Amino acid sequence: MGSFHLAAMTLKSLFSKPETLQYPAEVKAPYAGQKGHVVNHVEECILCGMCQRTCPCHCIQASKPERAWTIQPFMCVQCGSCVAACPTHCLVMDPAPTAIATAKHEVRQEVPEQEKAAS
Amino acid sequence: MGKASVIPFGPQHPVLPEPLHLDLVVEDETVVDVLPQIGFVHRGLEKLVETRDYNQFIYVAERICGICAMGHSLGYAETVEAFMGVEVPARAEYLRVIWHELSRIHSHLLWLGLAADAFGFESMFMHCWRLRERVLDIFEKTTGGRVILSVVRVGGVNRDIEDSELKAICGVLDGITDEYQQIMDTLLTDMSVKNRTVGVGALTREQALELSMVGPFARASEVAYDVRSFGRGAYGALTDFQPITDAQGDCYARVKVRCEEVLQSIRIIKELSAKIPAGDISVKVKGSPEPGARAANVLEQPRGECYYYAQGNGTKFLERMRMRTPTSQNLAGMVEALKGCDLADVNMVILTIDPCISCTER
Repeated sequence: MGSFHLAAMTLKSLFSKPETLQYPAEVKAPYAGQKGHVVNHVEECILCGMCQRTCPCHCIQASKPERAWTIQPFMCVQCGSCVAACPTHCLVMDPAPTAIATAKHEVRQEVPEQEKAAS
Repeated sequence: MGKASVIPFGPQHPVLPEPLHLDLVVEDETVVDVLPQIGFVHRGLEKLVETRDYNQFIYVAERICGICAMGHSLGYAETVEAFMGVEVPARAEYLRVIWHELSRIHSHLLWLGLAADAFGFESMFMHCWRLRERVLDIFEKTTGGRVILSVVRVGGVNRDIEDSELKAICGVLDGITDEYQQIMDTLLTDMSVKNRTVGVGALTREQALELSMVGPFARASEVAYDVRSFGRGAYGALTDFQPITDAQGDCYARVKVRCEEVLQSIRIIKELSAKIPAGDISVKVKGSPEPGARAANVLEQPRGECYYYAQGNGTKFLERMRMRTPTSQNLAGMVEALKGCDLADVNMVILTIDPCISCTER
């Protein structure tokens, strides 16, 4: 009796929309909160180094002397702890996955000097 | 009786998703003794507790195993919270259990698909994984990850689920229940499935107790032991929780117990979604554990009871973090279950125990 249920399900699926997407012709749009890759809006970055200290895989370097923020995207595990720790919220988690590459590389961003707020 | 010979089984074998090696001592076609060997995927993850602080280690803990990821991060967080005296908000407790039960559903559906594939029931394999994909979609939508969720933190959870989203999840689970019920009826009533599983690899209740078996493997031998029944965390809010057991102790009983546990998990999620209180989802945890602070904790993983032990040393790095996984408990039972079975049934017996070697070796 059970096999008839499964046969009915299988026959039904013959005439229904496929569950899968025909990748790469069809690409699934990422959900809003999906963990894709970390992006730094450097104009708001104060190079405090909180992201570097909380990162469990040590893939972020925030260097004040060089005024540079560096991430190694292929070491990052997208845990989101840097995004949660960022005091200025300049770090955001972009839903799109890390872009494919032929070699492991680091992303280095120059952080501009910020104008001090008038006291 | 024929001459005994040894047949190597694994670590590379079509039915094994993970590397487990068995030396099967066979006489004619009957297995008379089994020597298991593990150690192919040891990564030394427990040692990393010395180089990652107690907040960072949660991301290592959930990478111990892809299928039990949610459970490991939860078990580790609960252990650290226990010796740091952290009171987790009620909403966070509910959300943790909802995600943990969803991961149980995805683990059992994955296992069911693999088991169906092992005895040549390929269409059922496709249907099971199709349903599992919907659970993974829920994870993706609510946590941002499909398998590695990174949603638990020491002191609560990182993300909230809106009440409207919880209703949508219950709707998806309703759809899964209808189709799953049909798959389950097929599996449990099909004659070819029964021929492969009934009476194969049977263990009695006494043997299960003697070998300290845990999880669905033990519950199929009528050992009504389930950590969830202790009522800790949000499990205490359930009106009625009874471990699912079976008296037969054979492969069929194990299939049946796991099949019914999926429906039980769906009921738990629906009940907790209706009862979830409003409020904060985490508390700030500051400071380091006291020197010598220690705690032990148990958690019901999809494969059974997992034991966690952690010890602090006064710094933000822990002195020790130790786990005992359900599969390492069940290996002795697996050896017993294999003794006396036909060589052709070995893969069926191993699959119904659902060994998770990555967890066991860490």
